[in-house]
Amino acid sequence: MGNALINVPGTVKRGEAFEIKALISHPMETGFRAGTNGTLIPRNIIQRFTCTYNGVEVFNLVLSPAIAANPFIAFFTVATESGKLVLRWTGDDGFSAEETAPITVTS
Amino acid sequence: MTSRRRFLASTAAAAAAAVLAPHVASAQAAAARVVVVGGGFAGTTCARTLRKLDPALSVTLVEANADFVACPFSNEVIAGLRDLKQQQFGYTTLARDGVTLAHSSATAVDPGGRTVTLENGTRLSFDRLVLAPGIDLRWDGLPGYTQDAAERMPHAWKAGAQTLLLRRQLEAMDDGGVVVMSAPANPFRCPPGPYERASLIAYYLKTKKPKSKLILLDAKDAFSKQRLFQSAWAALYPGLLEWVGLSAGGKVTSVEPSSLTFITDFARHKAAVANVIPPQKAARIAELAGVADRTGWCPVDPSTFESTLQSGIHVIGDAAIMGAMPKSAFAANAQAKACAAAVVARLAGQGVAEPRLINTCYSLVAPDYGISVAGVYRPTNGQLADIAGAGGVSPLDADAAFRAQEALYAQGWFKTITAEVFG
Repeated sequence: MGNALINVPGTVKRGEAFEIKALISHPMETGFRAGTNGTLIPRNIIQRFTCTYNGVEVFNLVLSPAIAANPFIAFFTVATESGKLVLRWTGDDGFSAEETAPITVTS
Repeated sequence: MTSRRRFLASTAAAAAAAVLAPHVASAQAAAARVVVVGGGFAGTTCARTLRKLDPALSVTLVEANADFVACPFSNEVIAGLRDLKQQQFGYTTLARDGVTLAHSSATAVDPGGRTVTLENGTRLSFDRLVLAPGIDLRWDGLPGYTQDAAERMPHAWKAGAQTLLLRRQLEAMDDGGVVVMSAPANPFRCPPGPYERASLIAYYLKTKKPKSKLILLDAKDAFSKQRLFQSAWAALYPGLLEWVGLSAGGKVTSVEPSSLTFITDFARHKAAVANVIPPQKAARIAELAGVADRTGWCPVDPSTFESTLQSGIHVIGDAAIMGAMPKSAFAANAQAKACAAAVVARLAGQGVAEPRLINTCYSLVAPDYGISVAGVYRPTNGQLADIAGAGGVSPLDADAAFRAQEALYAQGWFKTITAEVFG
């Protein structure tokens, strides 16, 4: 499961801020709700989102049970050299998803 | 008689006499005046019902247009299956019920002074005001989508010239062209409307331009009659109609009218024909009257439809927040009748019985394929809430004969409601 959309510019100017947008399909179960049989439904959320660039972590988020289903994440960063951007989502029940995008830096 | 009118009457006569003989005082007073703004399904129904319930009332309906153009079935006009004339209704029959028609638009409301000012300069006094103004499109709600843009990317969400514009654009499109539609987040007029429209445009493409495709970009992941629509699309329009929900990146964040392009956070969709169903709000007069809240819609008491923001002003139809009850013609008609009864009761100083309201919405997925949803609503905690177990939707596994029957019922419903409201 886990179906992610990302929007990362292929080419950016050196040192200029650019936006990264990511949307992943994922349920949101708080862990506080009881099912029809009276037992708690296990928590099922994305716990952590990370963005690495050429292997270095540049951005991360720790998510809690109030996060929306299908969380949409957008943030700005700058790049000084060309490289590979890796977006990674991890969550309950061993959930993991990854998307990569190459970025070319021009001067 | 309202308590206020009774008070005025009692000060005019001797106070003791009014208390001892209120019937004499009310018989001598002028007829109570009700002004209804908006001649759609809600307003027209309400004006006529008011006069039927109390023929002594003075009822004025304010409507600027000479003819009403009905939205239900206008998606069939877009798909070339129906003539716009079949959507048009006049107001000539209102006189028969003793409703006075003011052919103008309301430009101001003074809630304290209890007057409505019209564009033609007339000022109407009221004891109770019913606002049924319908919707305005939010021209600030979708970047790039202006009134000028609507000439290139029609909304067709108010039936009439826009309906025909979208139809002409579809007719002029080459076979192989991509039609792109966008649907807004809730709430908006006619919740199943975008999906019926996508279905009927897909029907047009399938029968007339089979190399074409339709993409429906949606700001939501869930919509009215979703399973019924989606199973019908899979059966009738596979590969032709593509629905892109919020979690698949369907939310349109801006449009570019010059290139007929829809922009989402993740993609650009260039259209040959573009239909933008933009975000909406209660029509401007509701805001001017002080009955719209920050959401742009009008909160009301669910039993009387009286505004919770201004006493003496009722709001019905698409402009109001009705809790679980959708913005539909059927709902507007039901609310209008309950509102008329509440207005008459209030004018007589009586209590208002808690209403039960019914809504039914038919949608056509193809000309001979109808589906429906019905609901029954009651006031609960200040809102209209769905009565669990009442109503329901068409079965998911019905056969073609059942769908054809529902398409006939849809036609029958339209004939019945328009005959009742405008006939």
